[in-house]
Amino acid sequence: MSGASGLAAEHGGAHADPARIERVLRGSLAALGRGPDTVLQHLIAQQQVFSHVPDAAIGRLVEELGVTRAQILAAVDFYAFLHLTPRGRFDILVSDNITDRMLGNAALMTQLCDALGVRAGEPRADGRVSLDYTSCTGMCDQGPAALVNGLALTRLDAARIREIAALVEADTPLAHWPKRFFAVSNNVHRSGLLLGDLETREAGLAALFARGGPAVLAEVERAGLRGRGGAGFTTALKWRFCREAPSENGHADKVIVCNADEGEPGTFKDRVLLSAYADLVFEGMTLAAGVVGAKTGFLYLRGEYRYLLDHLEAVLARRRAQGLLGTGIGAGEGPGGGFDFDIHIHLGAGAYICGEESALIESLEGKRGITRKRPPFPVTEGYLDRPTVVNNVETFLGAARIAEHGGYWFRSEGTDRSAGSKILSVSGDCARPGIYEVPFGTPVADVLADCGAEDTQSVQVSGAAGVTLTPDEFHRLLAFEDLPTAGSFMVFDHSRDLLDMVRNFAGFFAHESCGFCTPCRVGGRLVLDLVDKVAAGAAGRHDLDELRDIAQVMRRASHCGLGHTAANHVLNTLDKFPHIYRDRLRMSDYTPSFDLDAALAEARALAHRDDAEAHLAADA
Amino acid sequence: MSNDQQRSTFTLDGRRIPFTPGQTIMDAALAAGVYIPHLCHKPGYAPHGSCRVCVVRADGRELSACTAPAAADMSVESEVADIRALRVAVLQMLFAEGNHVCPACEASGNCTLQAVAYHCGMLTPRFPQRFPRRAVDASHPDVILDHNRCILCELCVRASRDHDGKRVFAVSGRGITSKLIVDAPSGRLGDTDFSAEDAAAHVCPVGAILPRDEAFRVPIGQRRFDLAPVSRVGDVALDPDAEVLAADAESEVLA
Repeated sequence: MSGASGLAAEHGGAHADPARIERVLRGSLAALGRGPDTVLQHLIAQQQVFSHVPDAAIGRLVEELGVTRAQILAAVDFYAFLHLTPRGRFDILVSDNITDRMLGNAALMTQLCDALGVRAGEPRADGRVSLDYTSCTGMCDQGPAALVNGLALTRLDAARIREIAALVEADTPLAHWPKRFFAVSNNVHRSGLLLGDLETREAGLAALFARGGPAVLAEVERAGLRGRGGAGFTTALKWRFCREAPSENGHADKVIVCNADEGEPGTFKDRVLLSAYADLVFEGMTLAAGVVGAKTGFLYLRGEYRYLLDHLEAVLARRRAQGLLGTGIGAGEGPGGGFDFDIHIHLGAGAYICGEESALIESLEGKRGITRKRPPFPVTEGYLDRPTVVNNVETFLGAARIAEHGGYWFRSEGTDRSAGSKILSVSGDCARPGIYEVPFGTPVADVLADCGAEDTQSVQVSGAAGVTLTPDEFHRLLAFEDLPTAGSFMVFDHSRDLLDMVRNFAGFFAHESCGFCTPCRVGGRLVLDLVDKVAAGAAGRHDLDELRDIAQVMRRASHCGLGHTAANHVLNTLDKFPHIYRDRLRMSDYTPSFDLDAALAEARALAHRDDAEAHLAADA
Repeated sequence: MSNDQQRSTFTLDGRRIPFTPGQTIMDAALAAGVYIPHLCHKPGYAPHGSCRVCVVRADGRELSACTAPAAADMSVESEVADIRALRVAVLQMLFAEGNHVCPACEASGNCTLQAVAYHCGMLTPRFPQRFPRRAVDASHPDVILDHNRCILCELCVRASRDHDGKRVFAVSGRGITSKLIVDAPSGRLGDTDFSAEDAAAHVCPVGAILPRDEAFRVPIGQRRFDLAPVSRVGDVALDPDAEVLAADAESEVLA
């Protein structure tokens, strides 16, 4: 399953002649097989080589995989990184999280557009280059950031933009671009239980082999480990449910999935964990496999982290060579050894919703990332209806260390209901953005002091879908019982206009709604339109009432967590920072949703009138 | 628990509704002759849960009745003021999203969206109309596909896939740009093996998939929802006490 990685080396924008399309297809078929669930990976392979999915490739995939043309088109149209028409040979996507905006990404985009003579969203006539914005690329601690042909660019500034424009004009292959453009720092500023110990010892696996799955499960249970992706479901319970889930062929068909699709704006901890601690993550997955009896594992890696693919494939290959993956893992080393398990990497293609576990499973099956209804839950019917454990990267890392050190070791930090530590991704207005591992139960104020934040107006905890805090709340604790968080921690000082944040988040959710359910699909767009109306100074008080009401409809009636939380930022800021709206209202009382007098212009022209009587009074 | 034992019940707006394990709130309510408004749900089809019109509050949690399993002694609220208001807002979103012009629509009177809006007490549009530019596909000899009225309920997708074994339809894109597409290289319905006899040709709850040459065979005023409210004929079990209405409902169910 390393085909996607091998193709990554090939340069985007190759000419899509039938022979080349066939060659790429043969390569990905050999690497990935012909299962209908592989379709997304085949499409990504085509996109990476040809900067789009050629029509001829779609026809061939219909023949080879037994999927319909409509299914393929539906997927291409769903994933932001897949296209039916060619992008530029250099396809540059500028990260557009609020933190990128605060670092001036818009000016850099304008500069790059001007330098290259291209407009955002439209490939240049010669096919050399295309530019566009994309959702947060997970480089908020070293932004403004971008992707070029899927590879991460960091620390953009005016000088670097000039160099990039020159490289594009000279048609310099990416392999010859300066390495520093692609440098990604880990920026770990505070280490705790997990990050304080880099060493790979496979001691968790040794414990599994020696003591068996039930003993390891008991330690994870004792540790009180809860899912690090935000929802906080008890990990041991999830593993137990999956372990006990009936499956037709014994334990053979269970599945372990590592959710490395961290798309929440402002989150980048998994990037660091996969860069520096990949062995521990894979060890945790292997432990889970041993505990629940799974043979198949997937790492679902967000497309934005494609640059990590070769590194991760190398780690997997080494682990296979070491006998830590494959057949007979730990055979002869104790009652918990002697099982089969391997891990395949699946790439995402630009869809925030795929971070939700059931949407992720749909995506693994090659479909659009639409969240499933529940029940059934993935632990009983997940990937291809098999019992499936989906855990966050950080959860697997924690499990590996818990298996080594025991549950009580983990419980030594944190609170009763939130055991252990939490790895935070800190960005925005602070002196030292980066990774901070803090004990659960740490006050927000301590993190602010640690990262060198001053004059802080607000903190957005747990990303765009999280909670907006006022300074009065900085004593609150990062813990499941107070401020649950997946780790995103964005800081805004008093120089910032929080309506810019609201607009950014509203745009993000309107773009990332999967479109399945009415409240999120339509409501998300209505919220964006109303927020833009406020920003344009055209809104009245009624619009604010509507904004609140639509936000409530989304929260109450949506199908999944994305819709439930997508308008949190609106509700939070309406309550806590009402002035950012109030100060922009056109009138303090009700205002029509459009300019009535302007709407009569055509009627006046037809009637050849423009006298005062033909106009509505300003106070009407 | 065996079926011979006394059946479990839950309450729906104070009425006791019997159910068998595995039934959803919607299944049990409709079988008991109690209507819960819905658009994307249809008995005999896999539950979907996308339109969100069937939102109810079950033991304090708001969820879709068509996907939520019934549970013993659960207390479900449906026709209460705040849930009705929530439904009206969801319906108003659907009306603003597409181009729904009831007076000019040949589905008027047969349209479930229209009927459910009446039932829920939606009196006016509310949100700015999006007026999307959508195509009409008239390529098929027997059926018109008018995307203007599509509400993305995916009943045709499910009907074609699960009942007709054809997979003619799919939903493409995401967010507000989501759209129904047709499985043909041309993207046109006339270039598929779609047939007017397909279940998918008769399942559309609005006027997006319409048989040709039937537009006004039944005049407005004598159509399905002109004769009886959706709460009587909208998939609910027949009410033995209302014989005339029941006959109408039966003919519609068979149609």
